Amino acid sequence: MRFEAIVVGVSSGGMNAMKVMFSHLPKDFKTPVIVVQHIGAHTDGHWIRLLNDKSNLTVKEADEKERIESGKVYIAPANYHLLIEKDKTFSLTIGERVNYSRPSIDVLFESAAEAYSNKLIGIILTGSNHDGTKGVKRVKECGGLTIIQNPETAESAYMPKSAIAASKPDHVLSLEAIAELLIELDKQI
Amino acid sequence: MEITPLLEAFFQKYSYDFRHYSEAHIRRRIINRMNVSGLESIDQMQSRLLTDEVFASEFLQDLSITVTEMFRDPGFYRSFREKVIPILKTYPFLKIWHAGCATGEEAYSVAILLQEEGLYDRTTIYATDFNQHGLSQAEEGIFPSKMMKDYTANYQLSGGKESFSDYYTSNYDSVIMNKSLKRNIVWANHNLVTDSVFAEVHVIFCRNVLIYFDNILQNKVQRLFHDSLINGGILCLGSKEGIRFTELFDRYTELDKKQRIFKKRY
Repeated sequence: MRFEAIVVGVSSGGMNAMKVMFSHLPKDFKTPVIVVQHIGAHTDGHWIRLLNDKSNLTVKEADEKERIESGKVYIAPANYHLLIEKDKTFSLTIGERVNYSRPSIDVLFESAAEAYSNKLIGIILTGSNHDGTKGVKRVKECGGLTIIQNPETAESAYMPKSAIAASKPDHVLSLEAIAELLIELDKQI
Repeated sequence: MEITPLLEAFFQKYSYDFRHYSEAHIRRRIINRMNVSGLESIDQMQSRLLTDEVFASEFLQDLSITVTEMFRDPGFYRSFREKVIPILKTYPFLKIWHAGCATGEEAYSVAILLQEEGLYDRTTIYATDFNQHGLSQAEEGIFPSKMMKDYTANYQLSGGKESFSDYYTSNYDSVIMNKSLKRNIVWANHNLVTDSVFAEVHVIFCRNVLIYFDNILQNKVQRLFHDSLINGGILCLGSKEGIRFTELFDRYTELDKKQRIFKKRY
């Protein structure tokens, strides 16, 4: 596999966007996907189970110290930052909010860029805050591939716009086109 | 960027050991401090740490997480009231260790809960942390007024029996916790990484501390907890922490799986 992991940052409008994207990914999709969705501090895991039902892949909450495996989608738990260690395991922290957010997209992306360098794909989807802008820039600096949802197709255009303005992304695409591109990249050896 | 030499040097000079903390977390903190202080390389950061003790103590604050709340995770406190309190009522006296108490919010929460359950008079709470600055704040028991709305909601959700505002006195922007709550709390400096067992206790609270440690250190601290608990003693961890991945997973039974409350086997 050319790419070893995909990180996704998404905020308002995220539930629909993820449903669309994950329902397009086939059962044999190998690259692990790690998601930060901004979500209320007291939300339980119900929406993750819902997403799991809509997806061909296993969608689960990321556990601390859990080893990242192929073919799985991991979601950051509410009220914790999610980080990736160099040994490709997860860490959770309760540090200060970053960009008013915990979990924060920047925190995930910056640690993932360190762990995976140029074997990482960073994706920013719909959202109404600038979290993820620094993170996606960092992914690019470390040689990773960056994809931003076309703001015109996003429920909330602010987050993709902010990410595009700060770093020249490799692709700006609709959700369906992102899924197609990921499937193509997943097949590359 | 390699951070191991810096952590090694910091340990040699100041005896604070962060070598077995989550690397991604420590790295983030180091980069933040470098940005704030205008340092351009890890080498610069390291030499500043070793020559400037004020800077080193600021860095120590950076590495100490003090994000906490009163009655954080109300469901946990509700479960503690329902499942643990009946066990604790069978003991003539109680020793409770609050490991990693930060600024004390959760230690005060436990004091309130025990008072409402009629157990506080026979209890000693040892609230410990390596961060002296946090401990001093905890001992003062002064908290921002603006937090009280959230804390009151947490308290009520946790099954609180009184009016939460009876437990503190407001003074402009801050509140001070009632003196009577402090009477059985011993605040002490203790470092989980380098210090050892100091008492035999009935309950240990250590919530959202172990998540910052790697496997090696988690196992070490779990052994310390196991050695400190009486048989049948209770271990309370954070909502995302477990003992499943540690060596001691078979030494406890689960009293409440979701709320991460464990009971040491006899």
